[in-house]
Amino acid sequence: MSDLTLLGAAETAALVARGDVSAHEVTARHLDRIEQTDEAIHAFLHVDRGLALAQADEVDRARAEGAVLGPLAGVPLALKDVFTMQGAPTTCGSKILEGWHPPYDATVVERLKAGGVVVLGKTNMDEFAMGSSTENSAYGVTRNPWNLNRIPGGSSGGSSAAVAARQAPLAIGTDTGGSIRQPAAVTGIVGVKPTYGGVSRYGLVAFSSSLDQGGPFARSVLDAALLHEVIAGHDRRDATSIEAPVPRVVAAARGELGGVSGMKVGVVSQLQGEGYQSGVQARFDETVELLTGLGAEVIEVSCPSFEYALPAYYLIAPSECSSNLARFDGMRYGLRAGDDGEHGVEQVMSMTRAQGFGPEVKRRIMLGTYALSAGYYDAYYGQAQKVRTLIRRDFDAAYKKVDVLISPTTPTVAFLIGERADDPIAMYKADLATLPSSLYGGPAMSLPAGLGDDDLPVGVQLMAAVQRDEQVYRVGAVLEAALQERWGGALLDRIPELAMGGVA
Amino acid sequence: MPALDRDDVAHLARLSRLQLTDSELDHYGEQLDVILGAVARVAEVAAENVPPTTHAVPVVNVVRPDVIVPCLSREDVLAAAPAAEDDRFRVPRILDEEEQ
Repeated sequence: MSDLTLLGAAETAALVARGDVSAHEVTARHLDRIEQTDEAIHAFLHVDRGLALAQADEVDRARAEGAVLGPLAGVPLALKDVFTMQGAPTTCGSKILEGWHPPYDATVVERLKAGGVVVLGKTNMDEFAMGSSTENSAYGVTRNPWNLNRIPGGSSGGSSAAVAARQAPLAIGTDTGGSIRQPAAVTGIVGVKPTYGGVSRYGLVAFSSSLDQGGPFARSVLDAALLHEVIAGHDRRDATSIEAPVPRVVAAARGELGGVSGMKVGVVSQLQGEGYQSGVQARFDETVELLTGLGAEVIEVSCPSFEYALPAYYLIAPSECSSNLARFDGMRYGLRAGDDGEHGVEQVMSMTRAQGFGPEVKRRIMLGTYALSAGYYDAYYGQAQKVRTLIRRDFDAAYKKVDVLISPTTPTVAFLIGERADDPIAMYKADLATLPSSLYGGPAMSLPAGLGDDDLPVGVQLMAAVQRDEQVYRVGAVLEAALQERWGGALLDRIPELAMGGVA
Repeated sequence: MPALDRDDVAHLARLSRLQLTDSELDHYGEQLDVILGAVARVAEVAAENVPPTTHAVPVVNVVRPDVIVPCLSREDVLAAAPAAEDDRFRVPRILDEEEQ
């Protein structure tokens, strides 16, 4: 058998289903790969070889007994450490939850297990998903497999790095303002933020409840779609979960809903040009040209309120975070500091939170507390919610004219570790292009578009109307095929293996 | 947009239940000033008669049947507690505390 870590998820599942290879073998090879490469990458915070192999053995046993396997049975996956899973710690990249073993599984985890997907471990992330580089983790930085001096994106940087480094063919991330799409873009893989409410938030530790959404990472559009269908669908334990059929993303990725010929694609005037690196803009322009060549009708669309997405987001998300993170008070779970009989409960809470939270989380809690305080509420939080309405109206107007919108995913390729670490505003700008659709709630995908400045990956973003997730998969699959034909293979084939310490 | 002085930042830290040192207050104060300056741009948008959006995909009146379903066991919940006593969470004293 050739190197199993080179295979995609669909291919792997087919081999397992046919009995050509056992889920045990597939899992073992990925665990080996993690062992060989993760000292350099640091994608994982927790790997449990025994637990992973036990899940794989369960799949092999079910197959031997003649059970019908799910479409991803036996495929290994890296899980962002913001989802609860029994038998493993959940830290959210924070010291305040160090050593916490949740007593229940997230719905996403339940569905993965039910589908026979093998969870290899928990991946690194910016603390409580606040950041764009994974540098805000309390447990050290994760490195970009393309260049170890670069960030892997964030906040789901451990998940993106794991997939790009072939430690797992699939990963789960969460996206609040771009935390799946931006890491996917800068590591040269596919990442999708489903429609808000499409994937259950039960067991996803909350950062900004009106925006948080779990979604898939993969090395191909089809693999992302397969994972999307496994985790999506209504869950009555999440009151914001959409009670409607899951959009037909797998059929769309397989081309069964048609190609792009005759589709209308809108280029957003506000999400290109100034502020976007020349290499990013060049790959974007080529992608748009390619779409035209494939028969899509491309028109320019103006969305003037997008200019205010960044300030609106950095009021709404911190406000919700200041409220959500009030639960970490050192009383029921996690860290407790200063409980010496001298300090009262209020002091213990303040000491615990000061010790347990990192700088970005503290900044956002204070920012949100300010924006929600009497006298400022209308000017900040209230006004940001009105801007959110205007952004939604821009999208509604655009989708009357076009089927999908397209933009670069990020303004730049992966920046250097440390480059923006103490400059919050510079860090926030990494999300410039991903924030509008977060505030709107529609689905959005990042897809590799080639290499840009410093020979690092560039992503393009496809956006669609709420509950039209299949549209981004439909266009994404066609683009992926056309781009790979042009490149003569996948973009990840060009990842320098030497960057990971010469492991072949 | 008024600049935050140290007392303002100290007040915010207190509301946020974050015990910060003086130098931390100064550091965060400077950064919060910069961030607030950037996000204050939302005020440029004319939005008097625009309704607020609170949720991306609004869902209303979510209810479930009023039936009892199992919940987590006391042992499981207390296993994760920083301190437990007599089958309950043990917390620091909550009375006679000096108002901060």
